[in-house]
Amino acid sequence: MKRFTCLVLCLILLTLFTSAAFAEDSVDVTDESYYTKFRGQNLSISVYNWGEYICDGSDGAVDVNAAFEKLTGIKVLYTTFATNEELYAKIKSGGASYDIVIPSDYMVARMIAEDLVQPLDFKNIPNARFLDEQYLYTDFDPEGAYSVPYTWGTVGIIYNTQYVEEEDTHSWDLLWDERYMGEILMFSNPRDSFAIALKRLGYSMNSTSEEELRDACESLKDQKSLVQAYVMDEIFDKMEGEEAMIAPYYAGDSIIMAAENPNLAFSIPDEGTNRFIDSICIPANAKQKEAAEMYINFLCEPEIAAANIDFIGYSTPNLAAYELLDEEMQQNSIAYPDQTVLENTEAFTFLPSQISTLMDKLWTEILSNDENYSKWTIPAFLLVGILFSIAINIRRVIRQKRENML
Amino acid sequence: MKTKHSSLFTLPYLIWSLIFIIVPMGLVVLFAFTTESGQFTLDYVSQVGEYTNVLIRSVWLAAIATVICLLIGYPLAFIMSRMPGFQQQTMLMLIMLPMWMNFLLRTYAWMTILEKNGLLNKLLGLVGLGPFDMINTQGAVVLGMVYNYLPFMILPLYSIMTKIDNRTIEAAQDLGANTKNVFLRIVIPMSMPGISTGITMVFVPSVSTFIISRMLGGGGNLLIGDLIDLQFLGNAYNPHLGSAISLVLMVLILLCMSLLNQFNGDEEREGMLL
Repeated sequence: MKRFTCLVLCLILLTLFTSAAFAEDSVDVTDESYYTKFRGQNLSISVYNWGEYICDGSDGAVDVNAAFEKLTGIKVLYTTFATNEELYAKIKSGGASYDIVIPSDYMVARMIAEDLVQPLDFKNIPNARFLDEQYLYTDFDPEGAYSVPYTWGTVGIIYNTQYVEEEDTHSWDLLWDERYMGEILMFSNPRDSFAIALKRLGYSMNSTSEEELRDACESLKDQKSLVQAYVMDEIFDKMEGEEAMIAPYYAGDSIIMAAENPNLAFSIPDEGTNRFIDSICIPANAKQKEAAEMYINFLCEPEIAAANIDFIGYSTPNLAAYELLDEEMQQNSIAYPDQTVLENTEAFTFLPSQISTLMDKLWTEILSNDENYSKWTIPAFLLVGILFSIAINIRRVIRQKRENML
Repeated sequence: MKTKHSSLFTLPYLIWSLIFIIVPMGLVVLFAFTTESGQFTLDYVSQVGEYTNVLIRSVWLAAIATVICLLIGYPLAFIMSRMPGFQQQTMLMLIMLPMWMNFLLRTYAWMTILEKNGLLNKLLGLVGLGPFDMINTQGAVVLGMVYNYLPFMILPLYSIMTKIDNRTIEAAQDLGANTKNVFLRIVIPMSMPGISTGITMVFVPSVSTFIISRMLGGGGNLLIGDLIDLQFLGNAYNPHLGSAISLVLMVLILLCMSLLNQFNGDEEREGMLL
């Protein structure tokens, strides 16, 4: 979900050179005549997606965007973002218009609440029938009217089996365990960090109670002395290089890390965890709604969805695509945990603005709680500085006058 | 006729600075003093007071980095300016060379050098020292600032010092000044504009950096740049508070710079920033 931007750039460059030459870009689709509607009309749609979040034709796999262009004659203008907040800032400021965006759960809810996305016409998305209903009708979009699930996954603890006892890993308490002081990494964004602290204290990770948030804040402050660093994608390097032993992160990414360093394992704590769903939406100001729905339908084609999930490494909500995966992947309990584990998960919902403001403020407090100054320090400094400056200038003027008189 | 021509030539620059400097600055001020519905408010500016510790830490770390840059850069710039031409060019090249690489990559490289299992600790381990905790400390943040911004200190100092005529120094020596006096009375006063520019060019980017503290400070050493970043790309999306913090930071920097320049005489103001 969150990868390094430069990696993305490298990949984009690579695909530019390789995809045209090698990639296989014709696919079997369920209903080919459906895709012919806009042929020859020279349409184009703009797609705004996470970095490294679509199969790009490397390793001989299908280049999804090229295949779509070839099939429908609609040109795809593809750009990427790194965080939900970046996407939100772009859409909210109205600076750019997109036809397809792929935000995560809580951001979908926020964009629905602020009328930034529009309802979909499911008549144009027949392939929605392949989707698992538990991902289509969700807390953030109960009627399933605005969003189509693209991928999902869980958050859990990635740990190094050489140093950490397996039996300790069934609780979030591991991240507060003093024996592992300096070996623990933590999310560098407030939402994910607070979710863990809240879950550990037995609260909902979507808590809107100020008291519960303050409790979580206190426990995160206690944890700070044990934490080596607050990071996001640096986790890959640090865990693979055994720079740290314990880190909370996304299940799909843990599979990638474990492929690099076989000592790494993944565990979902018993208190429950966050299940994220990244969903495809159409912004309210989209210019080509029908063509965009055609693109969504294309992404729901089992073969395409399977290729994408293979590339991304997360889990698919598409039942037909699941059937196309390797057996090894289907049986993988990290990517597809038991239903009992899933029932103990929560998806993020949209928090009211005063709660997210409070969360940001508490987060700043956690990251800078070691010193305390009066809030008048800065104004006092400004005042002294200005007075000093005036005094020096007055002295200079007086001196000049005196010199002139001589 | 001449003035007409020159004003015609400056027009594109004027338009450029209007669109890309004046208007954004105006927007920052506007955002800092208004609510979401566009009403005037002082709330956001007064909220900045709650982040005093972050502000002070940023100014403090940036000041340390600036002083270290000056201590390293000054002698180097002086030595360089007294070298024969070819060596000067080579040295300049060596200083500029790292800047051809991307800023992020250079900082990222320091991560692998300073880590617990990093290069430096492995080397020290060979002689039986360490391992030391180097990354994720304030020291690492200062190191990142010094490393990245040192050229901005050396270059203005160097360009001012090449203008100091060797004959001036010789004259002082002829008149009986010892090395210490030559340095304190001749070289330092004459290089004052360079010192001042160098300090500005190191201090300003250091105080507002956010990527260095995130990569080398481990995220636990929040700086003012991180705070602004959090307002715009964070959970709460509060551009008004972000603008208010930026505004306070701008005023703070402006004040620091003007204070610094008070120590210069009027006749030495040539070639200085501000």
